[in-house]
Amino acid sequence: MGLFDLFRQNKKTSANKAKERLQILIAHERVNRDGPDYLPQLRHDIMQAIRKYVSIDDDQVKVQIEKGRGYDVLELNVTLPDD
Amino acid sequence: MSKVIVVTSGKGGVGKTTTSAAFATGLASKGYKTVVIDFDVGLRNLDLIMGVERRVVYDFVNVINGESGLKQSLIKDKRVDNLYILPASQTRDKDALTAKGVESVINELKQEGFEYIVCDSPAGIEKGAFMALYFADEAIVVTNPEVSSVRDSDRILGILQSKSKKAEEGGSVKEHLLITRYSPQRVNDGEMLSVEDILDILAIPLLGVIPESEAVLQASNQGNPVILETKSTAGQAYDDVVSRFLGETIEHRFLDVEKQGFFKRLFG
Ligand SMILES: Nc1ncnc2c1ncn2[C@@H]1O[C@H](COP(=O)(O)OP(=O)(O)OP(=O)(O)O)[C@@H](O)[C@H]1O
Ligand SMILES: [Mg+2]
Repeated sequence: MGLFDLFRQNKKTSANKAKERLQILIAHERVNRDGPDYLPQLRHDIMQAIRKYVSIDDDQVKVQIEKGRGYDVLELNVTLPDD
Repeated sequence: MSKVIVVTSGKGGVGKTTTSAAFATGLASKGYKTVVIDFDVGLRNLDLIMGVERRVVYDFVNVINGESGLKQSLIKDKRVDNLYILPASQTRDKDALTAKGVESVINELKQEGFEYIVCDSPAGIEKGAFMALYFADEAIVVTNPEVSSVRDSDRILGILQSKSKKAEEGGSVKEHLLITRYSPQRVNDGEMLSVEDILDILAIPLLGVIPESEAVLQASNQGNPVILETKSTAGQAYDDVVSRFLGETIEHRFLDVEKQGFFKRLFG
């Protein structure tokens, strides 16, 4: 990698921004489409419930269905803020 | 053995029809009996890109409805042996394409000895696009280096993986990524997603990269599939795509800014 490329990598180009946004968005969309139809609404309801007690961002809650043999697991992962 | 290949994208105007025409022409040039079907009911365009618009008598929907036979509806290309075109209908009836009808036409094409059946999908994720992909063995997902196109490609991949006949039967449609309208200069300037960026996100095998090229517009003006413009970068890139699809190992070209670009900018 040349010196020139090194500078380019560090620079926040609009293409870098595009990639970042796409990665986040598509990760969300994949979780939703692979799961049952009620998943987005369930996720929304869970967020509402948690927000009664603590303030959290959208990306701090992960709701996922893990496919198992003969059964599926609903996986809920909530990152609580520090303190 | 015949293979059904859908050229799809979700987003409109990314180069599906350009690709379908070039790809089918390339396969036929290499000796394979090939048909390219326009699934864009109501917005027929493949006939124009292939330069056969004045020879359309019957269309896909006529065949499905039994108003014409398959053989009399296929247009035989005059430039390339083994190449046939089945035009879309101009009807506004969105339900003209039925799964049963499409399946029977595909089966008849197989019986006629067609080795490759290329399906040019309409944009969107509605009925027409669904019909085009449902019977596919393989899919060429056409993507432009641009956020909305990449996102729509991912959605189409989701549909291929869950709603296609192959998927319903527990198998899978073989996926190929084709990046078109690629501009190495803009990638270099940090204005456009790179091939690597797109591969990171979509994570499917790369079939090829077609550069942005003036030859595409010129070829379409003349009703010539761009792959026949053998001097153009886009034509050559499509030719590589066909060879790669058929199993050859060919390095990707036209990914970097032209060497003489610097001088061109200085003196051009
Ligand atoms: N590599 C390329 N370089 C320059 N222009 C291109 C290239 N590929 C496609 N185009 C142009 O992009 C436009 C759309 O192409 P095309 O009709 O093939 O897209 P499409 O995906 O079939 O569109 P639709 O979704 O409406 O069916 C056309 O004007 C075509 O000339
Ligand atoms: Mg088209």
